Amino acid sequence: MAMTNDYEAPVLAADQMMEGDARDFFALLKPRVMSLVVFTALVGLLMAPGEIHPFIGFIAVLAIAVGAGASGALNMWYDADIDILMGRTAKRPVPSGRITPDATLAFGLFLSVFSVAVLGLTVNWLSAGLLAFTIFFYAVIYTMWLKRSTPHNIVIGGAAGAFPPIIGWACVTNSISLESIALFAIIFLWTPAHFWALALFKAEDYGRAGVPMLPNVSGERATKKQIVLYAVLTAVSGVVPTLMGFAGIACGIVAAVLGIGFIRSSWRVFKMPDGDEKMIPAKKLFGYSLLYLFGVFTALLVDALVQKFFGVMV
Amino acid sequence: MEHVELSEQQKKARRSRSVAIAVVLACLAVMFYVVTIIKVGPGIFDRPM
Repeated sequence: MAMTNDYEAPVLAADQMMEGDARDFFALLKPRVMSLVVFTALVGLLMAPGEIHPFIGFIAVLAIAVGAGASGALNMWYDADIDILMGRTAKRPVPSGRITPDATLAFGLFLSVFSVAVLGLTVNWLSAGLLAFTIFFYAVIYTMWLKRSTPHNIVIGGAAGAFPPIIGWACVTNSISLESIALFAIIFLWTPAHFWALALFKAEDYGRAGVPMLPNVSGERATKKQIVLYAVLTAVSGVVPTLMGFAGIACGIVAAVLGIGFIRSSWRVFKMPDGDEKMIPAKKLFGYSLLYLFGVFTALLVDALVQKFFGVMV
Repeated sequence: MEHVELSEQQKKARRSRSVAIAVVLACLAVMFYVVTIIKVGPGIFDRPM
């Protein structure tokens, strides 16, 4: 496992100092991924039994978001050599030369340490430890090791994106429970279908960059089968909070309806002819998967708020 | 001694970074103040000198 960044940045002469502004540094944090992290961590924090001061809760979610952003920056530092080869990522601040790799590494490391320290000092050290592990898992286990070595990269790597609700839960209870693991499972099982839908219509990009995504290694047919399998598992996991009794019936119905839509959307991808150029069903599944996760966690959030303020489940 | 002459674009980017750092530091100062009050409580003002 190489622990260095292979990307050779253009040597900056004295008159070629960094042109990256504050927005570029913010882009290093992967704000779209961060928004999902904020949302799912908030749901974990609100669903957990117990109390947390609202301002401390705000700091907790902020620290988790910054920690996730820091791992995004470390990912962009390490992956600059392949990001430049893919249309989706070529304009990122490092491959486009607006921010130097060294500045990106320093930024990512500083924010990692800072976010973990803030979470530990203001909330508790279990959640801080979980955040540190999440950053390590995404930056080292996924980015440096799995991403370039196995087509199951995002299956295992998906754990990094699934940890925020567990951390949010631990912020309140100072423990890990079956309930928080159930929230983890929803995101963990959702990740493969979401990313393989993207990998289907971006297979050329991934191929050019040498990233062994499932469609490039095992072909479209095998990928489509796996997508349907994970869509079914995701749909089942969506109703588990209701079956376990810590989310209401209405929440379970929303999750079930969205889950059926997820399976249907994945089935359309399965029926899509191999070699299809436009890949419309795959693009639709990618969009729907985002809607699914947002919908299920919104239902859980509403349920948690109603439980907190009215003492009943919906 | 060699001086680095920044272009207008670079000066603008540096100004943007400086403003962002100032805003973040100000927010952090307020944040830590509020956290201290919440964690230690108003009793922090009553400690014996």
